[in-house]
Amino acid sequence: MLGKLTWSAVPFDQPIIMITSGVIALVLFAILALVTVKGWWPYLWREWITSVDHKRIGVMYVLLALVMLVRGFADAIMMRSQLALAAGGAQGYLPPEHYDQIFSAHGTIMIFFVAMPIVIGLMNFAVPLQLGIRDVAFPVLNNVSFWLTAAGVLLVNLSLFVGEFARTGWLGYPPLSEIAYSPGVGVDYYLWSLQISGLGTLLSGINLTTTILKLRARGMGYMRMPVFCWTALASNLLIVAAFPVLTATFAMLLLDRYCGFHFFTNDAGGNPMMYINLIWIWGHPEVYILILPAFGVFSEVVATFAGKPLFGYRSMVMATMVICVLSFVVWLHHFFTMGAGANVNAFFGMMTMIIAVPTGVKVFNWLFTLYGGRIRFTVPVYWTLGFMVTFVIGGMTGVLMAIPPADFVLHNSLFLIAHFHNTAIGGVLFGAMAGYTYWFPKAFGFKLDERLGKAVFWCWFIGFYLAFMPLYVLGLLGATRRMQHYPDAHWQPLMLVALAGAVLILCGIGLTVVQLVHSIRTREQRRDRTGDPWNGRTLEWSIPSPPPAWNFAQLPRIESNDAYWAMKQGAHGVEPPAAHSHAPLHLPPSNPTGVLLAFFSVVLGFALIWHIWWMAIIGLLGAVAVGLVQAWRPDHEVVIPADQIAAFYGRQAAEEIAA
Amino acid sequence: MQIESEPQGQAPGVQEQGRATGRTYLVGLFYAVILTLASFWAASTNFIYAPGVPVLLAVLAIAQMGVHLVFFLHISSAPDQTNNFLALAFGTFVVGLVVFGSMIIMSNLNHAMMPMDELMRMQR
Amino acid sequence: MSVVDPTASTPGFVPLSRRGPAPIQAVVGYGFWLFLLSDIIIFAALFATYAVLSGETNGGPPGATLFDKTHVFIETACLLLSSVTCGFASLAVQRRDKVFAYLWMVATFILGALFLHLEWSEFAVMVASGNAPSRSAFLSAFFTLVGTHGLHVTIGLTALAVMLLQIETLGFSQKVRGRFYCFSLFWHALDIVWIGVFTIVYLGAR
Repeated sequence: MLGKLTWSAVPFDQPIIMITSGVIALVLFAILALVTVKGWWPYLWREWITSVDHKRIGVMYVLLALVMLVRGFADAIMMRSQLALAAGGAQGYLPPEHYDQIFSAHGTIMIFFVAMPIVIGLMNFAVPLQLGIRDVAFPVLNNVSFWLTAAGVLLVNLSLFVGEFARTGWLGYPPLSEIAYSPGVGVDYYLWSLQISGLGTLLSGINLTTTILKLRARGMGYMRMPVFCWTALASNLLIVAAFPVLTATFAMLLLDRYCGFHFFTNDAGGNPMMYINLIWIWGHPEVYILILPAFGVFSEVVATFAGKPLFGYRSMVMATMVICVLSFVVWLHHFFTMGAGANVNAFFGMMTMIIAVPTGVKVFNWLFTLYGGRIRFTVPVYWTLGFMVTFVIGGMTGVLMAIPPADFVLHNSLFLIAHFHNTAIGGVLFGAMAGYTYWFPKAFGFKLDERLGKAVFWCWFIGFYLAFMPLYVLGLLGATRRMQHYPDAHWQPLMLVALAGAVLILCGIGLTVVQLVHSIRTREQRRDRTGDPWNGRTLEWSIPSPPPAWNFAQLPRIESNDAYWAMKQGAHGVEPPAAHSHAPLHLPPSNPTGVLLAFFSVVLGFALIWHIWWMAIIGLLGAVAVGLVQAWRPDHEVVIPADQIAAFYGRQAAEEIAA
Repeated sequence: MQIESEPQGQAPGVQEQGRATGRTYLVGLFYAVILTLASFWAASTNFIYAPGVPVLLAVLAIAQMGVHLVFFLHISSAPDQTNNFLALAFGTFVVGLVVFGSMIIMSNLNHAMMPMDELMRMQR
Repeated sequence: MSVVDPTASTPGFVPLSRRGPAPIQAVVGYGFWLFLLSDIIIFAALFATYAVLSGETNGGPPGATLFDKTHVFIETACLLLSSVTCGFASLAVQRRDKVFAYLWMVATFILGALFLHLEWSEFAVMVASGNAPSRSAFLSAFFTLVGTHGLHVTIGLTALAVMLLQIETLGFSQKVRGRFYCFSLFWHALDIVWIGVFTIVYLGAR
């Protein structure tokens, strides 16, 4: 009746897991109770859960990512403290089978459920505003994408309490991930949650690519788009091209596990190397899917706070698109050591070094933008400067490992771990934090606290160096990744330094929460009534903060790059975008399709993980039924009457004068 | 004077001179049938130098895909089809990379390292 | 709707990319086009796997002895004809000609169903003779590649049935016509994938 699911699936004997589960359950229950008691459900359902507004969906993505950052970081600090203890003969406090789940969960969560949603969230929020349009191309699909991601998140977190997570690392290499060696449900949790959220990501990629290529304000030719939109375009093109490979690869592994196929098995002609080849065809573009939008954020931040147009706009665009294409021809550098011949290794090694060139172009462009500018040292600028220093180090260690002979020494060592954290934290996370701080006042109408923001930055910045520079040294000394204990007690001091760095990062995460709570409580003092708190250059700053549901009452008309800056300078006599003769606006209504689809896909995924076939059929039929209902949903739109729009802008103007 | 055709180009399959006609599909069918017959003939005849057959099959298949794209999907290089054409080019690039890249890499790997199941058979 | 040569330096000429948001049909069509490309890339991964594993028969019979070319030829004919009937159906939908739209849609459905039946019977024969997907890596890759195409045809037939119901209940509204247009893109794309399948899998079998 319940397939493989029994009471023994719940790990009652493991105090760490049970306490964590208890605390999470308690917090969730408290939140749900609070929402119920306060009677917020109708508001949440109408304005957020079923909302098709790209700004709200973007905010929900970022929130989801921040929550999952805490989960992923909990795994990280457990690993660091384990390794600080388990030196010499000691075994630490985490048994190997648990430790293996922790590093697998950490990688999976940080890439798929922290970095991806935060980047997609920022793009969702900012791209339509920068393009001067009212919403993305497919607003309902946007909501569906978000909820499919959330469904994946839910399944991953369920694995903590019901069953187990994969012990196969974040990419689930076969033959270890095959049913013969991983008979438990851990790998199935991994595969199904990523299949579901991957579908959401793919749909989101299609949506944003279409938006950028087909829906731009009048006059906004390609060479007038803000650089963030260009990087978003490149990133989403990569999603559209790379995620299908991931889906197909996982589907084949699932067929191996569920139906006894022989794609990646050791016997009957299967070839595990094919999995590794395919997964990296997705995996390398994925790296650029994450970093390119961060590059876009830095470009916006640098131009805004230096008060200058971005240096070398055209070269920036070219570099972005070159990276977009080149990122598809370097994937083999992830498995130099797995037996390819010298010719193949040399080709991919060279391509990897070549891809550093457009990245270098970008770094110089940012430096030249800053050069001679009147730089305002706000929090986003801190993150950007920290990024430039850190990312260059990470990039150079990457070029080191692009040399196949060097990679043979460094492969799967802690040097590699230090390298990709150097780019993932120093690049993606710093970019995400810069974007979060930069666009927060646009999303909510008040600025985040600057002093606390700088404290957060210093915690992350110093914490990062403390945590990962020792790993470079340890890697060169021979420490490998994914080790649960080590015999050489001489490594312990460096491991302790790394733990200290992780603790400092923990302070940074804690201070982020403090900063958010403090800023919300003092929001009246920090309210921004102009809509343009940073003296920005692009169109999102030309509208009130938070923007109305319709973004632009009249779609703007663009005459040049840095459109809003040009308007403020009065060049060409451009009329301001929010002119005041209003026509009624038509907006798509909120839609429950996304959350219902996510519900049924969680049912389907859970049932497939535990082999509960009747439940899987219910999940599948439910999802199909939701789709059919959507196909017949009548085509009505929410009409916002002209006087309501006029009243909104009247109020804005009055507030601005009062301030 | 300003707007002569749709902004941002057209959807794939929508042609500038009105819609496709039944004739387009019939012409496409004619070419497709000829190419399909040629493929099946090439695969079963001894008339052609054997190592050349895969090349001929590949050429015929690519030609037929082109016929389908032009006559059934109505893809062209017209200015208002630029986006569709570029997306198609990018997709073709990725498909080529995935297929040929994998084949080269895997044959190289198999050449340098014995595939796992052969290794296991030897150990038995 | 005449098109101005973009190279023309006519005064007042505005490049396509600066003319503001595209109309809804173009947006939907482009989004679906991207979706199709991503779908084709799924097939690319499966083709790559087939190409790599097709020699790994694990002592079983190779493709050349398993496949029946006549059978495949009939399948190909069904799918090719259905592509043309689908084209005629979309012309009828554009004309809002209900009778012919239904007629060609039913013809497409029958041809598609015939294709599926042929494929299914081929699979059944193979499995019955002990050549199931779990037999070898070659057969795993074969069943997955061809089966994924078959699954797409099944989804296409379901979508076709839904489209019939949509036209019946909602009429030829702009939305329904747009959806039928997306369906026709999907159906033609499946035919293009099938060209790859019959060339590489069946005709290329050794």
